[in-house]
Amino acid sequence: MSAEPAAPAPAPPRRPFFLLRGRFWVACLPWAWLLLFFLLPFVLIVNVSLSTPDLAVPPYVSPFSQPQAEGQPALPPAFNPDLGSYRRLGDEVADLARPGAELQYLRAFGNSLLLAALTTLCCLLVGYPFAWHIARSAEGTRNTLLMLVMLPFWTSFLLRVYAWMGLLDSSESGLINQALLALGVIDAPLQLLYNSGAVLVGMVYSYLPFMVLPLYANLVKLDMRLLEAARDLGARPWTAFVSITLPLSWRGIVAGSMMVFIPAVGEFVIPDLLGGGGVLMIGRRIWDDFGPNQDWPMAAAVAVVMVLLLIVPIMVFHRHGDRGDGASEAGP
Amino acid sequence: MTRAATLERRWGARAWLLLVYAFLYIPILCLVVFSFTAGEITTQLDGLSLRWYVALLHDDELGAAVRLSLQVGALAATAAVVVGTAAAVVLARFRPGAGSGVFAAMATAPMVMPEVVVGLSLVLLFTHPMLQPVLGGRGVTAIWVAHTTLCAAYVSVLVQSRLREMDRALEEAALDLGCPPWKVFFVITVPVIAPALVAGWLLAFTLSMDDFVLAAMLSDPGSTTLPVLVFARLHHGLKPEINALATVIVVVVSIAVLVANRVMQRAQRRRRAAMHAALRG
Repeated sequence: MSAEPAAPAPAPPRRPFFLLRGRFWVACLPWAWLLLFFLLPFVLIVNVSLSTPDLAVPPYVSPFSQPQAEGQPALPPAFNPDLGSYRRLGDEVADLARPGAELQYLRAFGNSLLLAALTTLCCLLVGYPFAWHIARSAEGTRNTLLMLVMLPFWTSFLLRVYAWMGLLDSSESGLINQALLALGVIDAPLQLLYNSGAVLVGMVYSYLPFMVLPLYANLVKLDMRLLEAARDLGARPWTAFVSITLPLSWRGIVAGSMMVFIPAVGEFVIPDLLGGGGVLMIGRRIWDDFGPNQDWPMAAAVAVVMVLLLIVPIMVFHRHGDRGDGASEAGP
Repeated sequence: MTRAATLERRWGARAWLLLVYAFLYIPILCLVVFSFTAGEITTQLDGLSLRWYVALLHDDELGAAVRLSLQVGALAATAAVVVGTAAAVVLARFRPGAGSGVFAAMATAPMVMPEVVVGLSLVLLFTHPMLQPVLGGRGVTAIWVAHTTLCAAYVSVLVQSRLREMDRALEEAALDLGCPPWKVFFVITVPVIAPALVAGWLLAFTLSMDDFVLAAMLSDPGSTTLPVLVFARLHHGLKPEINALATVIVVVVSIAVLVANRVMQRAQRRRRAAMHAALRG
C-alpha cells in the first residue's frame, strides 16, 4: 500500500439502462434463454417431484397450493412437500436385502447404468484405434474419412435402429440369419433380436460417432515426434503407448466417454426396439410414469435422482473434457 | 522398426478402418437395397420395383409430418445459431465475471443431459398452470423451444472453438481504427466464423429433424413430427415404405453434406488467398 491516497477514479457516467453497453444485451439473450428454458424447468422438476399425484390437468398438486374452501379467506401460502415419490424409491433401497423384492426402479437404474457403462467401454475399444488411424492417415483423406463417420449420424437415428431390426431379425428372413443359413454355417435361425446383445450392438452403433469425434480431435494434435523419440530410445510400442499416447489423449478419452455415458443412461428407445422391452430401463420408467401411468411426481423424482447420479460425470466432462475441439469437427 | 513390420501395421490399420466403416454402413446399405423390393417383406428382395417410392409420394400423413419436421428444423436451427453464437461470444470474448461458471455449465449441459430428463422438465414448464396461458402449452412452439435449447449448446461449442482459433488482431485493428464493436462483429468476425455458423446450422437442423424423445413428449395431437410418426409405425408393423423413406433421407443428406463441404472448402481457400495477397501487398 502506498502512503499517498490513490486519486479517485473518475466515476463512470451513469446511463439509463436502455443505453447500457452492447455487451450487456449480447449476454442477455443466451442468459435469458437458458434461465427460462433450462434452469427454470429443472426447478419445476424438483417442485413437481415434491407434489402429490392427482387426477387433474396437469396431474399433480403443487406443494405450494393451499386447499381453499368456498367463501373462506385465502390462506397464506405455505410449503407442504409430499415426499411420497422419494419414499417409494427409499423403500426399494431398504428392500434391497430382502430376497424376492420387486425393486422396479432400482433394477431399472442398475440396468441403465450397466448398459451405459458397457456401451461406453465398447465404444472406446472400437473407437480409439479407429480415431487413431484416421488421425494418422494422410491429411487429404482425413476429412473424407471423418465425413464418412458423420454421415450415418446425420441420417435418422430411428431408421438406423430399424435397419438393425432387419439385420438381426430372429426368423428365417432376418438378414444375418439368411446369410448364415445360405452359407450353411447354421441349420436353424439364431435368436439374435430381442436380447441384451442386440441392444448393446445398437447402442454402440448409435453412440460411436460421439466417441470418435472428440478422440480424433485430440489424437490429431498429438506430436508424433514424441513417439519417434520413445522408439529411438528403445521403448517398445506398448510402453510408448502407455506412457505417452494414453496420458496425452486422456482429455479426449474423458470427453468421448462422457459424451457417450451420460446420454446413454437415459436412453430407452434403442433398448425398447432391439430388446423388445424385456429389460427395463430407467428412461423407460420415466416415460411410462409420465405417459400411461400419469404419475408425474414419480417421473420427476426419478429424473431428479438421475440428474444427481449424473452430476459427477457431468462435472468431470465440464472440467476435464476436451469439449471445444471435439465438437468443432462435428460440422461438415 | 523393420519395413515388414511397418507394412504389417499399415495393413492392420486399413483393416480396422474398413471393419468399422462396414459396421457403420452395412445396415444403411441394407435399408437402401430393400427399398427397391416389389414384395411386402422388408428383408427380402422379391423382384425390383419403385412401388414403395410411389407409396411414399401418396402418403399424406407422412408428407405432413415431413413438412412439419422441416419447418421446425429450419426455425430451431436458425434460433439455435443466434442463441448459440451469442453464448459463444460471451464465453470466448467477454471477461469472466460473476456467474460465468454457471453460464458455461448451462451452455453445454443440454448436449449431454439425457433427453428424457430435458423433455420432462420442458413439459413441466409448458404445462405449468401459471405459464401455460403465456407459452401456449404443448405443441409446435414447445418442440421448437426444446430443439433450440438442445441445438444451441452444440452451436455454441462449435462457434466457440472457431472464435478462439481466429486471429484476434483483425478485430483489434478494426476497434483501434474506431469501428464500433457491433460493426466489428458483423463485418470482421462473422465472415471469419461463417463456416462454423453454417456447420452449426446444418448440425442443428439435422439434430432437430432426428429428435424423437423431446418431440414425442412435447407434441400434442396436432404436431406429429417425422420421428414421432416413424416410431409409431415401427411399432405397428413394418413396410418397405420406411426403407424408401430412409433411402430418400440418406441421398438428400449425402448430397447436402457434399455440397456444403465443397462450398466451405472453396470459401476457405479464397479467404486464405486474399489474406496472403493482403499481407504481401
